Amino acid sequence: MSEGHRIIGRNLRKIDAIDKVTGRTRYADDVVLPRMLYCKLLRSPVAHANIKRIDLSGALAQEGVVAAISGETMPTAYGILPVSEDEHALCIDKVRFIGDPVAAVAAETEHAAELALDAIELELEPLETIGSVEKAINTPEPRIHPGNRRGNIHKLVSLEFGDIEQAFAEADHVEEGLFHYGGNTHLAMEQHAAVADWSPDGRLTLWSSTQTPHYVHRVLAKVLDLPAAQVRVIATPNGGGFGGKTDPFNHELAVCKLAMLTGRPVKICLTREEVFYCHRGRHATLIQARTAVKRDGTITGMHFRTLLDGGAYGSYGVASTFYTGALQTVTYEVPHYRFDGGRLFTNKPPCGPKRGHGTPQPRFALEIQLDRIAAALRIDPADLRLQQIQPANSLTSNYLRIGSIGLAKCIKTVVEASGWRERYGKLERGRGLGLACSSYLSGAGLPIYWNEMPHSAATVKLDRGGGVTVFCGSTDVGQGSDSVLAFVVAEELGIDPYQIRVVTADTDLTPVDLGSYSSRVTVMTGHATRQAAAAARERVRSGVAEKLAVSGEQITFADGKVRVAEKGIELAFAEAVAIAEARHGTIVTSGSYKPPETAGKFKGAGVGPSPAYSYSAGIVEVEVDEQTGFVTPIKVWMAHDIGQAINRSAVIGQVEGSVYMGLGEALMEEMVYREKRNLVHKIPSMLEYKSLTSLEMCEVETFLIEDPDPNGPYGAKEVGQGPLLPMPPAIANAVYDAVGVRVDMVPVTPSRVMAALDAAARGKAPRHGPERMPQVSWPEPTRVTPPWAGGDGHAQRPGSGKQAS
Amino acid sequence: MLVDKITVNLKINGLATELRVPPQKTLLEALREEAGLTGTKHGCELGECGACTVLINGSPQLSCLVLAAACDGAEVLTIEGLANGPELHPLQSAFAELGAAQCGYCTPGVLLAAAALLVRNPSPTRDEIRQALSGNLCRCTGYLQIWNAVERAAEQLRTR
Repeated sequence: MSEGHRIIGRNLRKIDAIDKVTGRTRYADDVVLPRMLYCKLLRSPVAHANIKRIDLSGALAQEGVVAAISGETMPTAYGILPVSEDEHALCIDKVRFIGDPVAAVAAETEHAAELALDAIELELEPLETIGSVEKAINTPEPRIHPGNRRGNIHKLVSLEFGDIEQAFAEADHVEEGLFHYGGNTHLAMEQHAAVADWSPDGRLTLWSSTQTPHYVHRVLAKVLDLPAAQVRVIATPNGGGFGGKTDPFNHELAVCKLAMLTGRPVKICLTREEVFYCHRGRHATLIQARTAVKRDGTITGMHFRTLLDGGAYGSYGVASTFYTGALQTVTYEVPHYRFDGGRLFTNKPPCGPKRGHGTPQPRFALEIQLDRIAAALRIDPADLRLQQIQPANSLTSNYLRIGSIGLAKCIKTVVEASGWRERYGKLERGRGLGLACSSYLSGAGLPIYWNEMPHSAATVKLDRGGGVTVFCGSTDVGQGSDSVLAFVVAEELGIDPYQIRVVTADTDLTPVDLGSYSSRVTVMTGHATRQAAAAARERVRSGVAEKLAVSGEQITFADGKVRVAEKGIELAFAEAVAIAEARHGTIVTSGSYKPPETAGKFKGAGVGPSPAYSYSAGIVEVEVDEQTGFVTPIKVWMAHDIGQAINRSAVIGQVEGSVYMGLGEALMEEMVYREKRNLVHKIPSMLEYKSLTSLEMCEVETFLIEDPDPNGPYGAKEVGQGPLLPMPPAIANAVYDAVGVRVDMVPVTPSRVMAALDAAARGKAPRHGPERMPQVSWPEPTRVTPPWAGGDGHAQRPGSGKQAS
Repeated sequence: MLVDKITVNLKINGLATELRVPPQKTLLEALREEAGLTGTKHGCELGECGACTVLINGSPQLSCLVLAAACDGAEVLTIEGLANGPELHPLQSAFAELGAAQCGYCTPGVLLAAAALLVRNPSPTRDEIRQALSGNLCRCTGYLQIWNAVERAAEQLRTR
């Protein structure tokens, strides 16, 4: 338990835990309304085609079918980012991947709806499919999005901080390499589900398993052409999200439209196969990385190029692209830095944000590259990192403002716990240790749509019976955000957290929180809730002070009591509230939070800033079977700089869950499409899309490093995403320590390990990974003078710097 | 084609229950849609994830792979019947206290698989726990807090 806090920092049961262990939690598919219809979507069986004709009459003639719709009923385009509103609720002119929805049916039973899909006549005119980033670059036509400016190139960005050529010229050693990070998906246990209810007075209500009810609210109003005030979105507790439920989805719009047309509630629950088509997961990314160092290992510059396979729609992709270049600078000092990133449209399910959003891919390359540099310069990989950690309270060369940084302590802790000094490089062949570090945002500094309003807000209501309710738009996706609200309010009011009622994620009842993404909730709702609760406490304090004729400072709040120690007075919390209510009227207070202004002023500076950055260092021990290429994780030591834990057991659960998901990405999880068979998804099932079971998961020893951040509530920072990032490079580095070969690809599959071992045996470079980077005409970079060189955060005027190489 | 419903008699959580279900309905669907017991979850409906695990005559089964009609006369235990009235099963308390339920969606299935394990083996080793739960996917916890909770519950059951 942390100094001076009663609740913050303890191990506490989550406030919704009893509901979860008794089956009482009501997820979206558990919502049942009278007269409810069931919806099914007809999805494209072809990866890229023009729609020639859709005839719904066969479906409408089926028994039990009440309504059927196609794309023209919802012609308004939408998308999560205002810069890429390229989706329609149901496809209108063309289909862009296998699984793209073209029609929706509502029927009396799910079975009847399913049967009706077979009776829809869909005539498609197939187009050439684009299945890879290379093909997308080299095949400008046919365009997947006819309105796109540059053929099938969705986005190209280029940024340069300092003088990258000079940095490489001054270096004693340069590491250059190509890496590929496979695409993978969230695989939340809960399939997406939604229920819409339309009332003839013009009110629409949607219950949905979404991480972002506020953004869904905006899109429903826009596409359905309803006043936002007439639309209510309730995010049900998510059965896992990991970023997979942060876009507004076709099925959400379809059930709303069908409810409006039929006047009856309409439900949909996607099949697992459909969840694979919704995707929005990790972008498969090709990375070209160059790192320049001095003889002692000091980094002088870095140049990263990334090519992201975006799939068929924009989604969060522009942000994802920037994120593949944003956070390379926040762990170690990088004085000169250049980043070029490109996202391509392909005829695959759209990619988007998954745990770590765009940052695990470059982190994989960076941490392997540091391992190679350490080997080349004969420096211990831990020391190489420790000697150049970004200072606390500093600005990085790309204008990210670092507050607290517990990375050095994280590294030292796992080095000590794992016996690194005695064992690294010294284990028997086939056993290895690998180290990697990372950092992640505690919430994005800017909202998804430009506005100056708070990112998070909360209200607290005190009842004269002593009841306390906190209202907040945040969405519990399993990470425990509802509990964070209760613990913060309990801390501020000195009451039992289990007496607090939490009302969340309901656009009619709760003030806006932007959503459960970018690890923003603890920091942002934490601040807003703390402010609201403190205001409520002060209201009680002044009421009691006046009534008892004491000074406010003499009053303390703890253990469900309000005390004036000097006078020996002790009131139950409820009594104190009643006194204050008599004085002030009913007590309802609010708080809101907006992140600090970003330091970067150049175009592209919006992605990367955060109120605070978490840090992680992980070491994994593996066993590598040289006969099969099988990599078995034996144990993980993970230290995470959380700033200040709000609830220790929940934080440890997030660390362990991140390690688990990182191991899955490192070893087996991958979205695979049949390139020669029309880009059909090879494995859209939980059986064949491999993830770690209870048998493959290894023991994890977690260490929480608490270096409070000035921008965090009580000093707290994020934990939900950061600890995933070290795992893929740590595994690859451990494989190298075990058998001396590099696998520069994720997942590190047995066949890839064997390929690297074979290469080594044949006297070739002991490595397996991508061999070439497609040619791209990168734009002239936006050049920014780094802060250490006197920059003010603005881009240099074009032509004032050097010419592009 | 829509077909007539049939009658299935089950003992669900100790209560004799007569359900009218379409013959193609699985036990999972019958429990959730006909009996109103939505505590049993589904993640795939193909027998891949374990979320729908219930106990049929004491044995953990995937309710998405069993037709309701095939269960006529069986005793079925779902998450709603795991607690003894208002008193939580030690597994439920341990899961709640130790953070073994994050999003909670796999939790009912995991709890029932674990409950069956502790009946047949009151002192399971860590590896036996991992083996018994290997058919239940969890995407949140990394399984560690689940293993810890099963160990704690086993200890509590033994010392009762």
